[in-house]
Amino acid sequence: MAIDNIFGIAGTALNAQLTRMNATASNLANANTVASTDKEAFRGKRPIFKALVDEQMLNASSNYLGGVKVDRITNDASPVRKVSDPDNPLADKDGFIYQSNVNEVTEMVEMMAASRSYQNNVEVINTARQLMLRTLEITKS
Amino acid sequence: MGLLSNPLGIHERSLAVRSQRLEVLAQNIANADTPQYKARDVDFRAVLARQQDPDNRMTSTQSTHFDEGAGLAPDGLRYRKPFNTSFDGNTVEMSVEQAQYGRAAADYQATLNFLESRVNNIRRALRGE
Repeated sequence: MAIDNIFGIAGTALNAQLTRMNATASNLANANTVASTDKEAFRGKRPIFKALVDEQMLNASSNYLGGVKVDRITNDASPVRKVSDPDNPLADKDGFIYQSNVNEVTEMVEMMAASRSYQNNVEVINTARQLMLRTLEITKS
Repeated sequence: MGLLSNPLGIHERSLAVRSQRLEVLAQNIANADTPQYKARDVDFRAVLARQQDPDNRMTSTQSTHFDEGAGLAPDGLRYRKPFNTSFDGNTVEMSVEQAQYGRAAADYQATLNFLESRVNNIRRALRGE
């Protein structure tokens, strides 16, 4: 039945938005992480979503056509900050440390967007649930 | 089209199409942040017309045949025209989708009300009140 499907579709979206919020939390937690080389420096993580449009894309965790999944997680491409700090034990031989490229403001905005999308999908589920209950009551009265 | 030969009338099929529409809108809302996703909607008039047209429906000639059911053909779906373009090619506009979803839910309830009164009518007819 189609209304059942709505729960699943919104469920995949809740899952995806939660992954996004997790990535944001991880980014914020690592905003002040430093490293000794440019390569090792922490880069912000961004999940990329993908719509589940055909049967081949489904797996055990997402059985619902038309839902959404996290396709992959990419690194933020902006450059990492290179700061001179010779006293830091992690500094390289020239006295530089490499800070993460996380921008706190961007992360806060991302978190709010993820939370709003999550709420939207919760509302979808609530409405679908009410409609389903009313459908069950059709033969009463 | 007697009361008892087709007791629920058009509303039975209409309820199926309406719940399909809710599903399509839920897909749009789920994919609000998916790059390159194109929002879709059900062309209710076209789908219901197809449902009602007897020439377009498969007929069951034997008792073992399954009913075609109120399925949704791919041609019943239309891509939505967005008001604004977005950077990642996504055409879901959350305000539009929310409004449409609310309306679709109300439409669904309206159909439920019609069905409910049909059921009540039949019950009264059977009781002979």
